[in-house]
Amino acid sequence: MNPSASFSDTLVLARRAVMRIVRAPDLLLAYTVQPIMFVLLFVYVLGGAIETPGFDYVDFLIPGILVQTLSFGGFATALGLAEDLKKGLVDRFRSLPMSRSAVLTGRTLADIATNSLSIAVMLTVGLIAGFSFDAPVADILLGLLLLLTFGYAFSWVFAFIGLASSSPEAAQSLGFIFLFPLSFISSAFVPVDSMPAVLQAFAEVNPFTIVVNAMRALFLGIPAGNDVWGAFAWSIGIAAVFATLAVRKYKRAVVR
Amino acid sequence: MLALLGPNGAGKTTAVRILATLLPADGGSARVAGLDVERQATELRSQIGLAGQYAAVDEHMTGAENLEMVGRLYHLPKGEPRRRAGELLERFDLTEAADRLVGTYSGGMRRRLDLAAALVARPPVLFLDEPTTGLDPRSRLDLWETIEAHVAEGTTVLLTTQYLDEADRLADSISVIDHGRVIAEGSSDELKDQVGGERLDVTLESKEEAEAAIAALAPIAAEPPAMSDGLLRMPVSRRRGAIADAVRRLNDAGVGIDDISLSRPTLDDAFLTLTGHAAEDVEDEREGER
Repeated sequence: MNPSASFSDTLVLARRAVMRIVRAPDLLLAYTVQPIMFVLLFVYVLGGAIETPGFDYVDFLIPGILVQTLSFGGFATALGLAEDLKKGLVDRFRSLPMSRSAVLTGRTLADIATNSLSIAVMLTVGLIAGFSFDAPVADILLGLLLLLTFGYAFSWVFAFIGLASSSPEAAQSLGFIFLFPLSFISSAFVPVDSMPAVLQAFAEVNPFTIVVNAMRALFLGIPAGNDVWGAFAWSIGIAAVFATLAVRKYKRAVVR
Repeated sequence: MLALLGPNGAGKTTAVRILATLLPADGGSARVAGLDVERQATELRSQIGLAGQYAAVDEHMTGAENLEMVGRLYHLPKGEPRRRAGELLERFDLTEAADRLVGTYSGGMRRRLDLAAALVARPPVLFLDEPTTGLDPRSRLDLWETIEAHVAEGTTVLLTTQYLDEADRLADSISVIDHGRVIAEGSSDELKDQVGGERLDVTLESKEEAEAAIAALAPIAAEPPAMSDGLLRMPVSRRRGAIADAVRRLNDAGVGIDDISLSRPTLDDAFLTLTGHAAEDVEDEREGER
């Protein structure tokens, strides 16, 4: 399969995934209203009770909640793939002389578009709620790139989940069961040192913490250490591992 | 057109999946259109079309978009996917619904679109895996006519079906498979001939007279008569005079006749004889599996 054919297959399928969202705009709520809701709930309901020495809670929260929301952005890929499997569309695609990975690269590419939309919506709401950037423009842009990279990595995690689960419903709950604790036992919503020792130990090595810390460094101008490089390394590593697993799973996918 | 006919679990779909490069074979080798299904899978995929048990079309796109997408994925030259989509939509009587979301299509329309998608690249080999399962009689008939038109154009078709009438009507040649093995093959007529000759069906006025009827007809039966639900069936050794003879014997025995007829075996009978169970059992099994 030559690269230009693979690329064109990817675009055909990315377009399909985006069209799906345009056609059924209720799905769009997951990318817009849901993140807004989370920002508002955390800032105004929980925020007052959470101590974040050295930060306003809204400043502390926005980088963290962006990372969490972006990690869930790939859920449409899991849902879509599980549905394609169930409906027999994966059979059709696999019988065509197209790239073996395009169904997956197309969907994950479409996730980048919806993730960008989520970032824009959340930043707007965050700024209205009092968040302020305190970093050079180049760092802020690098932060946005990191968010998209991290979100892309989790699109591949979701691609794998979608292919591995028995139904669209199962794919959705599997994703949540896996990602919720991971994203909460991190520095995203509360300072890590407020947790019990066991959770603290986990939170400190959790890639979510590393990515959230990198985002705080890039958006709020605090010293980053190795977090930024670490965050990119984790994102690329997760993408590589799960892309390999997902493509392997896809090649053997059978109708259920 | 070759039909694979067999009860559920016989291996029909597995065979199609292997030949359509979706599933690796446990052993042995297979060639489709001269290409090895495993070693030349990529080349082979541009030579085949697959229409499955499920109407594999995207509900969230229109009919036209579905066909165009498939055309692009076959890497047809620029402009061709759209042109081809229009052509197929017209041929499959979907032009009016072309710009409607497939989610609003009826079952028959989806199957037609699915079949159209399989034909986008004019593949020389077409796999139809139970193309009419679940369709109403009118839609089945429509789809059969469409399939017949394509075979007439020179496409090689491998059809799997659990409907005997479908195989009978569409296929030049039928392979009956059971437990993953071909247990009989030939044309519909050849399969019927394997089952034997003429058969006499007698519907009795009263079920209570079954024993008397069997006793009366035994002398002219080629094999012992079988009785079920007031219908007596038996093979007869010769056609001439069989009905008159049977009527006379039943009259003498005082058995009332509601209906009597002489027929050639159906493919149904062939299926029963070859697999050891009737086609209806197949349906029951299928229900049981769900």
